Amino acid sequence: MRNTFINTLCELAAARDDIFLLCGDLGYSVLEIFADRFPKRFLNVGIAEQNMTQVAVGLAREGYNVFTYSIGNFSTLRAMEQIRHDVCYHEASVKLVIVGAGFAYGPQGVSHHTTEDIAMLRAIPNMTVCAPADPVEARAAARFMASYRGPGYVRINKSGEASIHDPAISLNFAPGRLLPVQAGNDVAILATGAIVAHALLEVRAAGKSWSVYSIPFVGGYDPVQLREIAQAHGLLVTLEEHQLNGGFGSSIVESLSDMYAVGSLAIMPRVKRIAIPNCFISTAGSQDYLRATAGLTLASVQS
Amino acid sequence: MTIALEEFARRIRLSSLDLCHRKRTSHIGGALSVADILAVLYGGIMHIAPDVVNDPARDRLFYSKGHACAALYAALDIRGFFPTGALQEGFAVDGSNFTSHVSHRLPGVELSTGSLGHALGVACGSALAGKRRNLPYSVFAVLSDGEMDEGSNWEAILFAAHNRLDNLIAIVDYNKVQSFGAVEAVMGLEPLAGKFRAFNWSVIELDGHELSILESALSAAKVSRQGRPHCIIAHTVKGKGVSFMEGQLAWHYKFPSDADLHAARVELGQL
Repeated sequence: MRNTFINTLCELAAARDDIFLLCGDLGYSVLEIFADRFPKRFLNVGIAEQNMTQVAVGLAREGYNVFTYSIGNFSTLRAMEQIRHDVCYHEASVKLVIVGAGFAYGPQGVSHHTTEDIAMLRAIPNMTVCAPADPVEARAAARFMASYRGPGYVRINKSGEASIHDPAISLNFAPGRLLPVQAGNDVAILATGAIVAHALLEVRAAGKSWSVYSIPFVGGYDPVQLREIAQAHGLLVTLEEHQLNGGFGSSIVESLSDMYAVGSLAIMPRVKRIAIPNCFISTAGSQDYLRATAGLTLASVQS
Repeated sequence: MTIALEEFARRIRLSSLDLCHRKRTSHIGGALSVADILAVLYGGIMHIAPDVVNDPARDRLFYSKGHACAALYAALDIRGFFPTGALQEGFAVDGSNFTSHVSHRLPGVELSTGSLGHALGVACGSALAGKRRNLPYSVFAVLSDGEMDEGSNWEAILFAAHNRLDNLIAIVDYNKVQSFGAVEAVMGLEPLAGKFRAFNWSVIELDGHELSILESALSAAKVSRQGRPHCIIAHTVKGKGVSFMEGQLAWHYKFPSDADLHAARVELGQL
C-alpha cells in the first residue's frame, strides 16, 4: 500500500507542481522515487515530527499541498498540538501520511502500534481521516488528497496487501461513502483499513453470506446509505485495528444514534463493535498473531 | 508611513496599556518589552502593505509570543490594518476576532499563537518556500525568552541552519522574566548567543530598546543572505517604559488599574 500511495503521488506531482513531500527520516526504499524526481519539492526534516508538521504548515501557507510521511505514532502523538493548532485550526493543506497502522509493525512493540490515532484525529475539527483498505483504495486516497484543500490523514498499513477491490471497477471513493465489497444479508460487516481484507477472508472461509463494506473515510457518513444498510441487516458489526474507545466503531454508533434521535431511523440497530479492548498488547508477534490476541476476529459473530 | 519610530513605540505602549486596562487582560509586561522591536519592524523594516494584506511579495512575521497580543494588535492598528476603532471596541469582546492570544482571523496576522514553540517552525516552512521558489521576501519570527524551553524551538533552530534559511530572522525578546520567575532561575538559557552560534546561526546581541541599533541590525540581517539564519537577541526589560512595571513578574499577570493607567500615561507623556 505504501509503495502504491507514493508511486501515485509521484504521478500526481508530475502533473501538479504544488505537491511537496516531507519525511521524518523514515521511508528508506519507499520515498526515493519521489525525492529523485522532485528534489525541489522533497525534504527530509530529520527525526523531528513537531517541526516537520510546523514546516509543513509554513509551506502550505505559501501555497503548497504538503504531504508528511512517518510512522503512525511519531507523526501523530508526538505532534498532536501542531496537528490541532497549526494544521487544523489554520485549515492548512497538510496531509499526514503514516505507515504502520494498527499492528502492522507487529513484533516491534507497543511504541510502534498505531492504535489510538483514529480516536485522536477524528476529534479535531477540519481533519479528514482516511484509512485505505488495499492498494486500490491507497491509490484513490492519494488522488483524493492531492486535490483536496485542507487537513488530511492517511492511515496506511504497510506493504504487500492484496487488493479487495477490482481495479477495473471505479470506486465511489469519497468521504461519507461505505464501499460494498461483498453483498449479503443478515449481517453487515463494516470495517476500515487493511483489516477489511481479513474480514472478507473470514466471512468467506466460514461460508457466510454476510455483507462486507469497506469504509475508508471515518466519520461524516452518508445518512441515506447508512440507513439503508442498517435496515437491510439484523446486525451490524464494526471492525477496526484500533482501540475500542473513540474509534471507527464508535463513529458508526454515534451516527446511528444521532439518526435515531431525530427520527430518521425508526429502530436503533444492533451494533457489535470489534476492536482492541482498550489495552496494550505487549507481547511480540506478527500482525496476524496480535490481531488474534486482541480479539479482532469475527468468530464470535452470530447472525 | 511617516511616523517616527519613537512615536510609533510610544503609541504601541499606550495602546497596549489601554487594551489591558479596558479588558482586564494579562501580559502587559511582555507587550511593553517587545514594543520597540515591533515599532522598528512595522515602522519600516518590513515590506508590508495594509491594503494588500496577502501580497505574495510581503515580508512575513510570525509572532510566537501570542500572549503579548496587545503590542502586535497595536502595531497593526497603527499601520492601518484594522478599521479605525475596531481594535479598541473589539478587543477581547464577545464575538470579536480580537482574542487575547493573537488570531490569524485578523488581517496582518500570519499565524494564531498562544501555545509556545510553534511560530519558529512554521516560519521555517515559509522561509523554505521562499528559498525553493527564489522569492525575495524575508521571514521574521518574534520569540519570547521563556519559550526557548520548548523542544520544538530547538528542532526548528537545527532545521533552519541545516537548510541554510538565510531569509529567516528570529528575534528573541529577552526580557529575563517568565511565568514563575527569573528566566535564569526557572530554566537558564545562558549562554543563549553561544547556543545559537553553536547551531550555526548568525547572531547579534543588542539593546532591544535602542531603536537606531535595532533598525540597523535588522536592516543588515535582512539583506545578508550568506547561508545562515539570523538570530537577534534583544536584551529587553519586562514592562519597559513604565517605571513601576519594569522587571516586575507581577505584570505578567496583573492588569493596570485606573490609577496604574493614569500613572503610566503620565510617564509616557500622554497626560
